[in-house]
Amino acid sequence: MTQLALVIDLNVCVGCHACVTSCKEWNSSGWAGPMPDRNPYDADPSGVFFNRVQTYEIGTYPDTETLHFPKSCLHCEEPPCVPVCPTGASYKREDNGVVLVDYDKCIGCKYCSWACPYGAREFDEKNRVMKKCTLCIDRITDTTLPESERKPACVLACPTSARIFGDIHDPASEAALAIREEGGYQLQPEWGTRPANHYLPRRKSRIQIHEDELIRADNPLKKEGVPLPVPQGDTIDDVAW
Amino acid sequence: MHPAFSVIFLTTLIGVGQGLFLALYTGQVYTLAQLLPPQDSQAFYGSGSFVALLFLAGGLFASFFHLGHPERAWRAAARWRTSWLSREVIVLPLFMGLVALYALFHYVGWTHPLFTIAGTLPVDFTLIIGLLAAIAAFGLFICTAMIYAGVRFVQQWHHWLTVANYMLLGLASGFMLASAFSAWTGVDLVGFFGTWAVIFTLAALATRGAALLRNRRLRPKIDLQSAIGVKHRDMQQKAQGFMGGSFNTREFFHGRGPATLRLVRWAFLLLLFPLPVLLIGLSYLIESGSLPIAAFAVQYLGLLLERWYFFAEAEHPQNLYYQTMS
Repeated sequence: MTQLALVIDLNVCVGCHACVTSCKEWNSSGWAGPMPDRNPYDADPSGVFFNRVQTYEIGTYPDTETLHFPKSCLHCEEPPCVPVCPTGASYKREDNGVVLVDYDKCIGCKYCSWACPYGAREFDEKNRVMKKCTLCIDRITDTTLPESERKPACVLACPTSARIFGDIHDPASEAALAIREEGGYQLQPEWGTRPANHYLPRRKSRIQIHEDELIRADNPLKKEGVPLPVPQGDTIDDVAW
Repeated sequence: MHPAFSVIFLTTLIGVGQGLFLALYTGQVYTLAQLLPPQDSQAFYGSGSFVALLFLAGGLFASFFHLGHPERAWRAAARWRTSWLSREVIVLPLFMGLVALYALFHYVGWTHPLFTIAGTLPVDFTLIIGLLAAIAAFGLFICTAMIYAGVRFVQQWHHWLTVANYMLLGLASGFMLASAFSAWTGVDLVGFFGTWAVIFTLAALATRGAALLRNRRLRPKIDLQSAIGVKHRDMQQKAQGFMGGSFNTREFFHGRGPATLRLVRWAFLLLLFPLPVLLIGLSYLIESGSLPIAAFAVQYLGLLLERWYFFAEAEHPQNLYYQTMS
């Protein structure tokens, strides 16, 4: 079975919000839209977004690190929002595992949003239905688009390629490979919701340099004056030519 | 969670309606066992269950205000296999229909025994319909409460005490209303219903108190470390992705300070439990006809506050992502 998902690399996300705006742009005019705003240019603005980028500070000054954290529906493999829906408007697609809302069936009771521990669903107060990330279902399933463009808008927009899209059940896919080899993890795994979207942790590349690599114990000029652990006798370096 | 008035009125009004119907049916069964004097079918059972129906209809009416698309509410009966909300949507009209039938049969006086069990127990239509309606009433208590108790992410709700509270508070307020209704119509059952109302009120005090104590001791199952997957002791949110509000900041928080919460807690503990018990006890002593009505009014007010607090005290894990605006 296919399970499409995003793998978000927190190591390279710079928090530019390009995924947020491209998501809003594509989905405002696409199948899943509109995504109405209330008072967008006024006091107390509010609006529907499928994707948000949050920022966290890790540690205390001066030992701090900034983490930009894109947050959208995780398309759980055991989605808790689906069985609670009284009308069947919330469903998980059998063929690709994307969790969707049928806006024509949704009665706007908001029960699914209570049943999502990630706060991934947002109620559209203008159209009075629940909305959420669709992984750009109208785009990824559109066979008239070239293969390279059959990806969610956020993935195509990301300037640092922090978002990897693919089938996490296919071990050879780029997404599955990233999860396997780069330490992909799930959010709030305690609930057993099995989120399909994974995150790649912040990771640093460090070179391991040992002390004897910095200070050459067998320096022919003996500048460091470090005694060798075992007397070596004359070496070829000691021979004056 | 944000306490929505539509849901507060829905759950409290149908609870009263269910409790009142169960009180009336209890009265009928007691009469059958010749433990109580028989009452007038039309004036007491007929109009009494009509009052219960009014409360249920009021709750149903309130529920529509919770929906974005009330005109599609019929669709909510579709997923009864998995959704407690869907089950409630089925059981509530079913129960209302049975109560309406019960009221009708009593009102037009179709209470001639159909057959007699063991020569002593005359069974009529109202007894059979009433039994079915009583089963539906308990089913509805379970459905309503499980909508909340079934949300495993809200630890304050995810417990059998939630079901016990909905059931006992509904029974307490319903029997209290039955007592008030008896006083109003001048029927000599004020003491009978009042005694049961006090018993249910005290039982509800025990379970609601236990729930309050449990919730005070709860430790959140999820912390920010698990929410964003970073292992560090000191983490702070610096931005949540927007500067204004959003659905996530409105739906999952009550928006009041801790002082308001404390005030509401003490108010409902007072209005819901000791005051109605005192009033109904006093009415028994001085044989007052208006105090049972006051007891019900006070208890219903307390019930509204209790339901508000029930939502306000619920902590949703999604709030971990919405700690700081910017």
